[in-house]
Amino acid sequence: MDDIQLSSIFVAMVRSAPVLIFAALGGLFAERSGIVDISLEGKILASAFASACVAYATQNPWFGVLAGIVVSCLLALLHGFVCIQQRGNQLVSGMAINISVSGLTFVLAQFFFQQGGRTPPLDEGRFQALNIPGSQAVADVPVVGWLLRELVGGHTILVYLAFLAVPLVHWVVNHTRFGLRLRAVGDNPHAADTAGISVASTRYLALLAGGVLCGLSGAYLAIVQTGFFLADMSAGNGFLALAALVFGSWRAVHTTLGCLMFAFFSALQIQLEGVVLPGIGKVPGSLIQMIPYIVTVIILAGFMAKSVAPKAIGVPFVKSR
Amino acid sequence: MNPHNLPGWATNLLLPILNLISAMLVAGVVIYALGESPTESLGILVNSAFLNPEGLGYTLFYATTFIFTGLAVAFALHAGLFNIGGEGQMYIGGLGMALVVLNMDAAWSPWLVIPLAILMSTLFGAAWAFLPGYLQAKRGSHIVVTTIMFNFIAASLMNYIIVSLLIPVGQQSTSSRQFAEATWLPRLNEWLPVLGQTPVNISFVLALAALGLYALVMWRTSWGYGVSTVGLNPYAAHYAGISIKGTIIGVMAVSGALAGMAAVNSQMGSSHNLGLNFTAGAGFIGIAVALMGRNHPIGILLSAVLFGGLIQGGFDLSLEKSNIPPETFVFIQGLIILFCGAMENLYAPALSALLNSYKKRSAV
Repeated sequence: MDDIQLSSIFVAMVRSAPVLIFAALGGLFAERSGIVDISLEGKILASAFASACVAYATQNPWFGVLAGIVVSCLLALLHGFVCIQQRGNQLVSGMAINISVSGLTFVLAQFFFQQGGRTPPLDEGRFQALNIPGSQAVADVPVVGWLLRELVGGHTILVYLAFLAVPLVHWVVNHTRFGLRLRAVGDNPHAADTAGISVASTRYLALLAGGVLCGLSGAYLAIVQTGFFLADMSAGNGFLALAALVFGSWRAVHTTLGCLMFAFFSALQIQLEGVVLPGIGKVPGSLIQMIPYIVTVIILAGFMAKSVAPKAIGVPFVKSR
Repeated sequence: MNPHNLPGWATNLLLPILNLISAMLVAGVVIYALGESPTESLGILVNSAFLNPEGLGYTLFYATTFIFTGLAVAFALHAGLFNIGGEGQMYIGGLGMALVVLNMDAAWSPWLVIPLAILMSTLFGAAWAFLPGYLQAKRGSHIVVTTIMFNFIAASLMNYIIVSLLIPVGQQSTSSRQFAEATWLPRLNEWLPVLGQTPVNISFVLALAALGLYALVMWRTSWGYGVSTVGLNPYAAHYAGISIKGTIIGVMAVSGALAGMAAVNSQMGSSHNLGLNFTAGAGFIGIAVALMGRNHPIGILLSAVLFGGLIQGGFDLSLEKSNIPPETFVFIQGLIILFCGAMENLYAPALSALLNSYKKRSAV
């Protein structure tokens, strides 16, 4: 048991959660407006690629983040065009975006860098970790020192932005005019339309907000977590974010708790790899990897809590009906 | 389904072709941007995928898998269910098949092992799809998210089973031991030597039979009629006395069985072992095949052959043009799904206007 350190699991959890938090909050906007967004995965991957390329070329992480957001928003607009203008199948559109991006990013990365679908390390193009003032002074104090230096401090700015986004999204969705319209359009677009709210423009705005957040998610993945782009590096994070949404009943704070749970399990899996537990023996990492997915299935089935989706989700809006 | 009052031939033939051309145009732009000639690339692609018998053999080999995964998606779509889980169902189906062969190939006659292995692949695939179907019907959980989760669970589970249990001691590659040669499926080149050394095997015939059976079930049986009714109008189906829950569970099980059978072609027909990630995205390609084939058996056959040709031709193309790696065709698959599936009616208004103006003119 000595090999497992709960403290380092928590630190790893905080470091890996932002990818999920940004993406899940992005999906929250889209889905609360009534549009199923399984293209989260593709948006994360496209943004990771764009931000890694630009951060590498300019050696400035901020330009990388900006490029990631722009590309992710363009994909959000494409998804919007299909789902809002064309009234196409939202699931199929999302699948198509995921598959296209997975192929295209590899091809472009190979074309630009000739390194088997990855970019060179970003070096200066990465964010610096921020330290909380005074954390050096208390470094030797047992719990407080660890808390300030590793758990709360010592992260890059995007980590703080992810955790700040949670109350912000909660406030926007529940306490602003836009949020009210968003919920109305997602629950009953016909009533919203009768009340003079434009369903189409509300949904486009929601998708764009989702695009910005997914852009941040991908940028965090490439610029902060790994420091380079790798083919298919989103590795199911978009789908996990979607599962977190279901877990959290499409509410910002609960969804974030779901993200933290998933991040905790992935940190636990890395820690448990090859460790012999008393009475159980070696637990294979691939079996621990399954836990979040199984938990999601159980929650989906309503065995733990009932998840309530926006009522009009997945239904294209046709004004005349 | 068709708000633009287009005749059947326009909806089922002209629109898919227009959408396919659009996808190819976007792909052509990307190939041009990579510094290669789109027309020359298309020539190489068509030539190596369809015009020589050996290439065609490989195309049909890939198409066999896609017919099964495409049928799996199409069948579920009839009942209004979007089965994204073909990948996991095929993977688990392969496990069921491999368990039979690995345990029995030494002692039993291949005449017993092969049918039993195929049966087990359908049973394992069906079981893996039964659970999401059951959860949707009885617990109201959404089939799309559940099947996505089941894909991930299958991937982790198979990773554990193959790496920890099935790799023989001392072997480097991540796959089980080779199956005994007697259980390898006969290849079609034994009867048609012109196909050369290609892995297309008798499961292609099975796939054609499955297409025929699918047509028969959907158009000639009351169960198939019930499935379509549930998909088109569940309230009417319920009123007519059809059990919606039973239909959903049954359809998902059959869909999973078809996806599970896709494993037979690649494993017993070609690789002859159970390898890590042997599905190679075939479950997702099945979505594209079903959408482009508009759930019609002939459409599914044609689009499966088209996607098989894209894989085979794309592979040859990437050998000749280093700027066009095989992943380019993952991108093109995505484009085809986007144009043929999500934006299927993109050209319908324009086409409808065109046809109407023509009709008016000929009436005058």
